[in-house]
Amino acid sequence: MPKQLTRLIIVFLIFISLFLVVRHFLVPESFYKFGHYRADALKDNEDHQVKYIDAAMCSACHTDIDSLKVSGPHKNINCQTCHGPGYLHVEDPSKNVLIKPTERAFCGKCHSLNAARACNIIKQQDIAQHNIDNKCVECHNPHQPQP
Amino acid sequence: MKTEKDKNNSRREFLIASTAITGGIVLSTFLNPFKSIAEAKSADSTKDTIKLNDKNVSLAKDAEKWWGFGFDIEKCIGCGTCAKACKEENNVPKEPFFFRTWIEQYTEKNDGTLKVQSPNGGIDGQTQAVPSEDIFKSYFVPKTCNHCSKSPCVQVCPVGATFVSPDGVVLVDEKYCIGCGYCVQACPYGCRYIHPEKEIADKCTLCYHRINKGLQPTCVEVCPTGARTHGNLRDKKSDLVKFLKEHNCHVLKPHLNTGSKLFYNGLSEEVR
Ligand code: HEC
Ligand code: HEC
Ligand code: HEC
Ligand code: HEC
Repeated sequence: MPKQLTRLIIVFLIFISLFLVVRHFLVPESFYKFGHYRADALKDNEDHQVKYIDAAMCSACHTDIDSLKVSGPHKNINCQTCHGPGYLHVEDPSKNVLIKPTERAFCGKCHSLNAARACNIIKQQDIAQHNIDNKCVECHNPHQPQP
Repeated sequence: MKTEKDKNNSRREFLIASTAITGGIVLSTFLNPFKSIAEAKSADSTKDTIKLNDKNVSLAKDAEKWWGFGFDIEKCIGCGTCAKACKEENNVPKEPFFFRTWIEQYTEKNDGTLKVQSPNGGIDGQTQAVPSEDIFKSYFVPKTCNHCSKSPCVQVCPVGATFVSPDGVVLVDEKYCIGCGYCVQACPYGCRYIHPEKEIADKCTLCYHRINKGLQPTCVEVCPTGARTHGNLRDKKSDLVKFLKEHNCHVLKPHLNTGSKLFYNGLSEEVR
């Protein structure tokens, strides 16, 4: 083999080794464990805070409202659908008060007339005409809205 | 004489062999950087498919969980609770244009034209924009990441910061993403955005932090009409497999062959 070629091969080998050594320190530990990504990222995604908690926890303290709700048409609606995320409230109910949405537009988000809403899924009212002088909750208990 | 030499030889051989072995072990610890050569393997060799409702759904061969979504367009009332709750649960910026899930209202008019609207992603509720007498058909379409098993967004990522997890959820590695935005361009469903504060790609995680704790994804949890279902495609008794059996479901843009795992009941041809 010519001398130049031998030298070239040696230089190449050093180069490749150097590349692999540098690469070793740049690629994170868990990379390639499951595929072309950091396996630890699964853990990172799993560790996020749960804010909308299990609705059964609300019922544990608010038994009266829960038993009222299960008898009405809103029985399948999660408390937090209306009251927002409850993770802080359950830790300290007096400090972290949940919202109570009483404005007419709130009920209208689900109940206002819209051609895209199927009548057998949701009963609708023309919000601009149905008893406009009062808030909805004055006549309909939000937890048992049947009039 | 002969035997003595043999003895000498065998001792020498033994010494040589043992130094070689110890030396080899010591040397091999320096070889750690080079193991990637040996470990290089072909991707996508572990995929399998099952037939559901005459459609092929791809499954990872060895995964015991393979998550998917099922949305019922006939049940969706477009209240936007899912989109609002998703933002709260996952710290999505409150200002418009950033969504992990959103609602579109499709209105097919009598004159044959189509109107699609989604004011602020439907978070504040939808108002009917076309007078009732002009409407031929109208419906809401909830949208989110399709959690494709052959995802275009994963294929274009230059650093391996987005991937399909072993249980079939397309996730973003927050610490590794460089925010180049290729994946935002590549997603045919428009489900990704660049987070304005973190400056990385962000998208639906199928509430990975919830489903692994036995909870439902937030949007499924808060939906008042049960229009959203999620479940494990591998589990014959899961809500999703039941939903797929009971309804004639379709995926968005099937011609792109993305292996979408978001199944719609009542999907019209007009929906893109
Ligand atoms: C640890 C028991 C406990 C649990 C669990 C709990 N609450 Fe409460 N909640 C309370 C108490 C006590 C109050 C009264 C606090 C006050 O008025 O100072 C209250 C008040 C409220 C109020 C009214 C606030 C107001 O302004 O009057 C709402 C709405 C509410 N809770 C909703 C919920 C929901 C939704 C959940 C489930 C996510 C929940 N609660 C879970 C104890 C609980
Ligand atoms: C359809 C939406 C809706 C749902 C679902 C709902 N609430 Fe309410 N809730 C309201 C509204 C609106 C008010 C305010 C009523 C008022 O001020 O008159 C309210 C008031 C309350 C209050 C304050 C006390 C009271 O009676 O005014 C509590 C406590 C409460 N809700 C708990 C719950 C719990 C627990 C659940 C789940 C079992 C639940 N809510 C489900 C809409 C809802
Ligand atoms: C998140 C969506 C949502 C919100 C917000 C909501 N509702 Fe409902 N409501 C429903 C659903 C779903 C039903 C069940 C529909 C059915 O069975 O007809 C229902 C049923 C009802 C019914 C019974 C209709 C019937 O005769 O069967 C009344 C009345 C009603 N809601 C009033 C209200 C009022 C008042 C508010 C505001 C406090 C409100 N709703 C807020 C979703 C909602
Ligand atoms: C003055 C009291 C009053 C107020 C305020 C009021 N309602 Fe009613 N609502 C009634 C009565 C009474 C009925 C039953 C008779 C009827 O169908 O009109 C009713 C019926 C309904 C129904 C059932 C319709 C059906 O087809 O069964 C819904 C849904 C409803 N209301 C929603 C609302 C919403 C949403 C608001 C607020 C925007 C509201 N209501 C405000 C008194 C009221």
